[in-house]
Amino acid sequence: MVDVQFRFRDDDAVNDPAVTVDSFAQQSNASAVRIEPGDDARDLLPYLDRLRLIEVNFPVWTDGRGYSAARVLREAGYDGELRAVGDVLIDQLALLRRCGFDAFAPERPLDPADAEAAFTRWHNVYQATVDGRPPIWAKRHQG
Amino acid sequence: MYKYDRYDQEMVDARVAEFRDQVRRRLDGSLTEDQFRPLRLQNGLYLQLHAYMLRVAVPYGTLSSAQMRMLGDIADKYDRGYGHFTTRQNIQYNWIKLEDTPDILADLASVEMHAIQTSGNCIRNISSDQYAGAAADEIVDPRPYAELLRQWSSFHPEFLTLPRKFKIAVIASETDRAAMKLHDIGIRLVRNDAGEIGARFYVGGGMGRTPMIAPLIRDFVPLDQLITYAEACLRVYNRYGRRDNKYKARIKILVHELGREEYTRQVEEEFAHLLTQGIEPPIAELERIKLYFTDPAFEAGLPDDLDLSDPDFRLWVERNTQAHRQPGYAIATVSLKPVGGIPGDASADQIRLMADLARDYSFDELRVTHAQNIVYPHVRKADLYTLWRKLDEAGLGTANLDRIGDIIACPGLDYCSLANARSIPVAQRISELFAAPEKQAAIGELKLKISGCINACGHHHAGHIGILGVDRKGVENYQLLLGGSEGADTSLGTITGPGFDEAGIVNAVEKATEVYLANKQGEERFLDTYHRIGMAPFKEALYG
Repeated sequence: MVDVQFRFRDDDAVNDPAVTVDSFAQQSNASAVRIEPGDDARDLLPYLDRLRLIEVNFPVWTDGRGYSAARVLREAGYDGELRAVGDVLIDQLALLRRCGFDAFAPERPLDPADAEAAFTRWHNVYQATVDGRPPIWAKRHQG
Repeated sequence: MYKYDRYDQEMVDARVAEFRDQVRRRLDGSLTEDQFRPLRLQNGLYLQLHAYMLRVAVPYGTLSSAQMRMLGDIADKYDRGYGHFTTRQNIQYNWIKLEDTPDILADLASVEMHAIQTSGNCIRNISSDQYAGAAADEIVDPRPYAELLRQWSSFHPEFLTLPRKFKIAVIASETDRAAMKLHDIGIRLVRNDAGEIGARFYVGGGMGRTPMIAPLIRDFVPLDQLITYAEACLRVYNRYGRRDNKYKARIKILVHELGREEYTRQVEEEFAHLLTQGIEPPIAELERIKLYFTDPAFEAGLPDDLDLSDPDFRLWVERNTQAHRQPGYAIATVSLKPVGGIPGDASADQIRLMADLARDYSFDELRVTHAQNIVYPHVRKADLYTLWRKLDEAGLGTANLDRIGDIIACPGLDYCSLANARSIPVAQRISELFAAPEKQAAIGELKLKISGCINACGHHHAGHIGILGVDRKGVENYQLLLGGSEGADTSLGTITGPGFDEAGIVNAVEKATEVYLANKQGEERFLDTYHRIGMAPFKEALYG
């Protein structure tokens, strides 16, 4: 198993092995699942309250389906760990955070200084997503 | 014109810093070329046949004179003294060094410009009607809506690794001057029976190897749900668009394979969900943006008369100016299609001159058109003669708008690494063949469009006459298409038959115009005659 390199949660790390979406449906006690790009994240919505970890795999970083999967889960109220795994690179970190990921286990460890710069580069954002950051339009019209 | 506030400026400045860092990591080897490629594409940087090409965004085709002047300066400082205006209302430079690009982006940011998402599998620069804010037939100025969409689509975290590129056009008049239905999303602003403005969504159009006209999927989206609806369209595409085959990855294939009804059903379901998520900017934000697009200080009571005693000026006025909604004003188009020239090219000096003339004669504003020309949106009729004289002295006074010489052409095999055939020399030969003004006058309106490969950047499917360059066993070969159109009557051209070599295709175009002239009735345009008489007489002349 690949180590979690960055984690933005205060609770204890979840080390349960993640099962596939297909086998998850038959294992009523599993608390961790891994989504592949072709899986429908909405299949998990009935089980969110017993899940503590959802891994979203990016076999290649240019396949962006995992971003939508993450937002779908967060929009449905999932508040457990959402971990990006696989081909996770420096320049995706800030975008993944915006879509609700709060843990990162890149298959090749990233340079910590470059990652820190990437996580903190964008002081403002144009869109409302699931990360709770007020978009620029909200700041323009507040108060 | 829209002006950045501190947030907009901070976003483009952050982007410059980010790209500078990405270039550094590429040059020190921590990014591989495979990893870097999508990143540079999202900053408009392509690796072409001879050098890097940088594509700079001109949001909805609108420029100030200061921005235009900067485009000229960049051409001198970092390129070979030329810029190339594109069919998506942008500008490209063909001879760029990778190491220079962060500095070019910084220069652009100093005049509120950028190259963000001008390439790559993401939402591209939003295009619009080049006559927005000036056209007599628009119900509102479409640009505030395009700006709202620009901000929403810029750095959208969910939609930067889509299955394929994604192009949006926004118009607000019955007459479509932006080929709206040939976009991934085409939006037309309309007024409903209650008098409210809303957005009509067409989704799944496009050119390329499988050209499709976008079907209507929603007749009226209220303005306070515009962004949410667009987000729903994109999310369904990001989740279900095909990723197994690059050539089937555009949204048009998804909409086609699902069917319009099923795609619409999925969008509506996602839309209903997203409406609960609070992602829509308040109407106050749209109102804020609209304030930047109020009318310039037009003078009232100006006369509409023009002294047309100079015959060359008269020709230019007839060809290259359009009705303005303000009495005493006109919309004037600068043709970047001189006889034998490269369509869409302008020298640094010409770009700076066009900037100065915008400052002096058009309230500081210019537009880039998808036909690769430049528009002065607001010219006093009393100034038209002086404006034309100054343009003409610089080789910019060609009077051929929408005539056979006003050719759209992609860069083709002279520059582009995707091309199969050269486009520019074919355009130049045709332009020379029809150089005589009386020849162009006899033929009248005729839109000729040339693509150097099946990707259709030269919009050949939508040309009254289209030319597609292909590779046939290592030899450039050109197919002829007839009957395409991009306007209200959007249609796709039909291939006449076997292709031609370079000399043969020029000859074939001439024959097609001869068939038209021999069969023309009354005021019929080429397209009208083609629709009436059909393909057979053309085939007979070409292959008989």
